[in-house]
Amino acid sequence: MGIYWKLIWAYIKIGIFGFGGGYAMLSLVEKTVVFDNPWISEQMFTDIVAISQMTPGPIGINSATYIGYVAPGNMNPELASPIWGILGSLLCTLAVTVPCFFLVLYCSHFIRRHHESGAIKGIFSGLRPVVVGLIASAAVMLMNAANFNPNGIDWQLWSSIAICLVSFLLVYFGLPVGKNKFLKIHPIPVIILAGLTGFLLFGL
Amino acid sequence: MKTDKTDTGTSSSQLSDGGGAIYRDLFLSFFKIGAFTFGGGWAMISIIEREIVDRHGWIERDDFLDLLAVAQSLPGILAVNIATAVGDKLRGIRGSAVAALGTILPSFLIILAIAIFLTPDVIKNNRTISAIFMGIRPAVVALIIAPVITSAKAAKLNMKTLWIPLIVALMISLNLGVVSSPILYILLGGVGGFLLWWVSNRKLNKQSN
Repeated sequence: MGIYWKLIWAYIKIGIFGFGGGYAMLSLVEKTVVFDNPWISEQMFTDIVAISQMTPGPIGINSATYIGYVAPGNMNPELASPIWGILGSLLCTLAVTVPCFFLVLYCSHFIRRHHESGAIKGIFSGLRPVVVGLIASAAVMLMNAANFNPNGIDWQLWSSIAICLVSFLLVYFGLPVGKNKFLKIHPIPVIILAGLTGFLLFGL
Repeated sequence: MKTDKTDTGTSSSQLSDGGGAIYRDLFLSFFKIGAFTFGGGWAMISIIEREIVDRHGWIERDDFLDLLAVAQSLPGILAVNIATAVGDKLRGIRGSAVAALGTILPSFLIILAIAIFLTPDVIKNNRTISAIFMGIRPAVVALIIAPVITSAKAAKLNMKTLWIPLIVALMISLNLGVVSSPILYILLGGVGGFLLWWVSNRKLNKQSN
């Protein structure tokens, strides 16, 4: 049962210190559930991110629901049943949302009143560059063999790098549709395309 | 306030005076926002604006921007923060609870269904699914690199501030225990920003005295 307390405490911390939205929060989630605690594997973490990309809703909620479901079973085989998993999902989702809910409630009144205060503006100007670094660290930590070359085969590594590069170009710049004309591609079709490429390259 | 005439639901919230229907509308609006936004935060904002500013006219556009600034500056999940702030503005704590629940519920239910049926064993032992995920993983990394650049632009980084995200990313990636904790750098950023303001504020005061 101890796993549930650990999960609740971890997700309360993730919620309270998760500044800067989904991707910035990811580095904190990754550190907590993959490196600091042996709850899920690196590959599984990336799978959760992928699933979150393909399904609607905030990434923070998605990851809390998924990790809350699988972690108890991973840590203790006796808890590997849907009922214990659903309990974990529910607890993690509540833990990541409830403290912030009250925080927003009280802070939004306060900040709205002192919106123009120099101190508040100063704090946020200090936070912004840090948030950029948080997102970058999430990307760097996922650039590893587990995600790019799980079988240790050279051509698969190069294929993975190519998939990453093309995906980035499609999302950030878009598809060239004419001279200096680019059609920005939504992340969902990019993910679907990458999955299809994976199937054609590695699955046949 | 707009009410949906074709609705045949009989939830207790709409039986009371006209004020009751707003809870149902709040819930439905944020349920929709939770159910139809992919990829997180930024993509969500346009849908939220469409729903609460244009469609329901609950909040003026200027107020919405202020609210957004607050929701983004606070920790937590952006969509839930916005829902909480909007609900609070309309109907206090009850309104915010209804709006937050509406945002959370769709993804909770969808992910739960996926977690139950798409277990890691299924992913590992099924050649097709594992090949699909081998293709998806590098793409996900790319999808996180893209917001690094867009957020760097939004934060208006220059040669004086560029070192901050570089150091933060390096230290966290090295995974060295406490000095690699993202929380440490959030606190440092907040305190640093406050001190910079405080110092420049004192200089200004001295000059004017």
